[in-house]
Amino acid sequence: MTAAKPRRRAPVFDVDQLLKDPEIKVIVTCGSGGVGKTTTAAALALRAAEQGRKVVVLTIDPARRLAQALGLTELDNTPRPVRGLDAAQSGKLQAMMLDMKRTFDEVVSAHTTPDKAEQVFANPFYQSLSASFAGTQEYMAMEKLSQLRSQLVAEGEWDLIVVDTPPSRSALDFLDVRMIRLLTAPARAGGKAYLKVVTASFNIFGKVLTRILGNDLLGNVSSFVASLETMFGGFRERADQTYELLKGSDTAFVVVSSPEPDALREASFFVERLQHEQMPLAGVLMNRLRGAAAGLSAEGAGAALERLAELADDSPASLLAQAALRVHVESVRAAAHDRAMIARFAAAHPDVPQRSIPALPTDVHDLVGLRAVGDSLADG
Amino acid sequence: MVTGKGGTGKTTVAAALALGLAAGGHRILLVEVEGRQGLAQLFDTPPLPYVETRLAASQGGEVIGLAVDPEAAMLEYLELFYSIKRGGSVLRKMGAVDFVTTIAPGLRDVLLTGKAKEAVTRKVGGRPVFDAVVLDAPPTGRITQFLQATHEVADLAKFGPIHKQSVGVSTLLHSPQTVIHLVTLLEEMPVQETLDAAAELRAADYRIGRVIVNRARPVLVEAGLLHEGSVDEQTLARGLTQAGLQSGVAVGLATALATEVNEYSQRQAVEAEADDQLAAAGLPIVRLPELSPPVDVGGLFELAGALEPREWQYPPNGVRS
Ligand SMILES: Nc1ncnc2c1ncn2[C@@H]1O[C@H](COP(=O)(O)OP(=O)(O)OP(=O)(O)O)[C@@H](O)[C@H]1O
Ligand SMILES: Nc1ncnc2c1ncn2[C@@H]1O[C@H](COP(=O)(O)OP(=O)(O)O)[C@@H](O)[C@H]1O
Ligand SMILES: [Mg+2]
Ligand SMILES: [Mg+2]
Repeated sequence: MTAAKPRRRAPVFDVDQLLKDPEIKVIVTCGSGGVGKTTTAAALALRAAEQGRKVVVLTIDPARRLAQALGLTELDNTPRPVRGLDAAQSGKLQAMMLDMKRTFDEVVSAHTTPDKAEQVFANPFYQSLSASFAGTQEYMAMEKLSQLRSQLVAEGEWDLIVVDTPPSRSALDFLDVRMIRLLTAPARAGGKAYLKVVTASFNIFGKVLTRILGNDLLGNVSSFVASLETMFGGFRERADQTYELLKGSDTAFVVVSSPEPDALREASFFVERLQHEQMPLAGVLMNRLRGAAAGLSAEGAGAALERLAELADDSPASLLAQAALRVHVESVRAAAHDRAMIARFAAAHPDVPQRSIPALPTDVHDLVGLRAVGDSLADG
Repeated sequence: MVTGKGGTGKTTVAAALALGLAAGGHRILLVEVEGRQGLAQLFDTPPLPYVETRLAASQGGEVIGLAVDPEAAMLEYLELFYSIKRGGSVLRKMGAVDFVTTIAPGLRDVLLTGKAKEAVTRKVGGRPVFDAVVLDAPPTGRITQFLQATHEVADLAKFGPIHKQSVGVSTLLHSPQTVIHLVTLLEEMPVQETLDAAAELRAADYRIGRVIVNRARPVLVEAGLLHEGSVDEQTLARGLTQAGLQSGVAVGLATALATEVNEYSQRQAVEAEADDQLAAAGLPIVRLPELSPPVDVGGLFELAGALEPREWQYPPNGVRS
């Protein structure tokens, strides 16, 4: 047994400090699905804008009502001004929703001749796959980020980009963008050579595969592979650039989690992965933390409930008190659960700045809600 | 098929459903397809290999688990239909299997639903091996695509054995033998996704089984207790005094508890609204309570008891609700 070490407390994540830092140009929210990445991204963007920064936020699959509140009625890949900002500061906020298919088409067009691009677009394989490609969303989000980033540098319209990540529950999907891996990883045969091998394997086993897949499918697949090959250089370059950009000191990753075991497991994974890849991790936000009123324990509330039950009085005051005590017992239990969850996480990652965002009683679907989330992040 | 928005409880509900269906001496295959080993975690067993493994006994019946690995399914498929064992291993070496299963999720989905069909139709001595197959399916965002993949592949490969195979699977998926259950929480986004998916699935001619409202919050605050939608603190303070709390303490506590109750009733209202939306869509609903974490096998039996899937009636052949 080793001697007990003094317990280190995880540092508090100073979010306002991050938002104010003019050196920070890109903030990426990541975490598993449904934990509040999009909400947090929007809340951080709004808070930064209301503190004077010129912000664009790239959202992916926002809840319908939140999208409406941000003025995002169309999926058109164009940043639109968000109305209703607190005008006291000279900041501004634009928001956009990622259109995956369009971004994919843009990438294809950018890396090949118009003729070839037309061929690719017409390929039924591309059509059914550009929407469902494993990892496409991740890749496209990063592609869009690097486009916005060049605009930021060239035009100075914004000084902060907040990027949401796709609603994949698996942390791997995002950092491990499968398509990039397929095209660039030296894993099996190495990048371009890999495609060659695949193409060759289609030739060698053409007969078998034709029997299995049918002729058309095979033809479509191999012409798709061939066209990917011509675009390969472009893809790879972009992927490398985006990766470098994400490693830069002007980027900050914010991992979002809920106080649930699954989400925390993936948050841990994310934190470890970011640290391992030396990506700039700013901190972890524990979202939707449930709280309870102080001053009465669950046991105390239970005892009080029993007393009321014994009195068997059904006056409004007694019934109301019983309901309130039941709600309190439930709240204390939930709050204890959430606190225990984040304490465990903090113990496992004592060097990672953390803080929590309370669970609001209703969904966050307007600027008022986003501001409430933002306000909970105030003062260090 | 059990689908739902990510994290709503698909795996948990699929497992509870399988236990419920097994009760009374039935043999149920519980299949997971996302390669996440969710079943092993839930049943607290070592990671499942791609082999049918007994997970639990349930009132004379049993639940067999299977974690389908798409790559293995593809090789199995090649072996089964084309007896190209060696071809398979060479294809794997060349990276073609990886390529197909990664780049063409459509083909992957065909293999996965194909595996389900194989299990459904498997017979020994003329009798079906499984009374039911429960699939922990991909989430609502991908479910229609998952089921439709067989169509798309049938279209892409106009002839040949894959075409034939796809048509067979597609027929089963559209038949009254297949129902799709949608798991949801009573929150804005999961409910919206459930409604969208239900509409999409119906349009594509699939049968919706039940909408399973998971982790439903008990109604603790009846509207009649509130004054214009919120707690009257003085009334609450009186009630707390009756409960034996000192009156000085009761007043301060009443303020704090009032906030708690008001927020709880706001959440209840959000849930009631979500509930109404589901009911308005004419979807048959089953409710599952929130259990105290972590959900273990005991918890699964509790949920199975709340589901009682053996009692569920489905619209008769050909009639869609
Ligand atoms: N009725 C319930 N009461 C309490 N906890 C529950 C209940 N149902 C599910 N959970 C918990 O919610 C979490 C998510 O459940 P589960 O893994 O089944 O969801 P899922 O929809 O399969 O997720 P994924 O989309 O990641 O596959 C788990 O921690 C599970 O224990
Ligand atoms: N702190 C919070 N309090 C209350 N509701 C929240 C909070 N954070 C997020 N939500 C709600 O949770 C749902 C999922 O959030 P979202 O940001 O879309 O998650 P993600 O982008 O991680 O999938 C939304 O309906 C949102 O309004
Ligand atoms: Mg999101
Ligand atoms: Mg699951």
